[in-house]
Amino acid sequence: MKFGIVRFPGSCDEIDALQAAERVGDAVLLWHADHDLRGVDAVIVPGGFSYGDYLRAGAIARFAPVMDQVAQFARDGGLVLGICNGFQVLCEAGLLPGALLTNVSLKFVFRQVALDVAVADTAFTGACALGERISIPVKHTTGRFYAPDAELDRLEHAGQVLLRYAPGNNPNGSVRDIAGVCNQERNVFGLMPHPEHAVDALTGSTDGLKIFESMRASVERPGLLSGASSPAS
Amino acid sequence: MRARILVRPKEGILDPQGLAVERALPALGFTGVDNVHIGRLIELEVADPSRLPEMCERLLSNPLIEDYEIIEDGK
Repeated sequence: MKFGIVRFPGSCDEIDALQAAERVGDAVLLWHADHDLRGVDAVIVPGGFSYGDYLRAGAIARFAPVMDQVAQFARDGGLVLGICNGFQVLCEAGLLPGALLTNVSLKFVFRQVALDVAVADTAFTGACALGERISIPVKHTTGRFYAPDAELDRLEHAGQVLLRYAPGNNPNGSVRDIAGVCNQERNVFGLMPHPEHAVDALTGSTDGLKIFESMRASVERPGLLSGASSPAS
Repeated sequence: MRARILVRPKEGILDPQGLAVERALPALGFTGVDNVHIGRLIELEVADPSRLPEMCERLLSNPLIEDYEIIEDGK
């Protein structure tokens, strides 16, 4: 199982993501100008401020050469995880529904939040129990998830809202406490909290590992979960 | 052709920047101000202005959360 972590100019969490992925498998860094994904089994678009977040967070990064490959990989059923800025990039690229807006508080938030697992039979949450409460930090200024009401109804009905902020834990004003959503095919997932910062007891929680472990299990045992598929080779 | 593009938050989407400014103005004695919204101004020179709407849809704005208005200079 090999993870590929995309590094853009302005990324800042790619090393944490790399080291988190290395706890469950092999991992390599991919560069924004790369034209191939070096045979990875899953792609992580990490946090940071890709291309300075100019215009809108994630708006420029989606045009990076490597993103064409990531989009094709996603269309072929490959697993793609977007964390924080990576979530913003995937929304801007149209690989995930919705958009991320400035926090209602207008402030940078950096704290541990409690999350409830709303859907557990996916390639990203398979190692969690349905309704399990996990603890993972957030750190962002532009994390307020938004989609129109009709779209939110559709997402919830289709089981695409995988993680919610636990009651009283919504740090940014996201609609319906949504912390993470996946695409219809359930092979692309984005979340604002940082699972890669919660993989060692030293920093208070190892719950973030469950996201990476879920991805490994899905790749190594394809067909284990409904709706999740392994990448075309 | 010079053009200006105004990008605004879509109506109905909470605009905390606008609200913060709306609340700050009375502190300076400017009362009677409502409905403050903060957007973005993009100025550019373009050879083929007929392509501006597509530029706005695909990059300059995010149509899910923003409206845009194109103002061509001299019109």
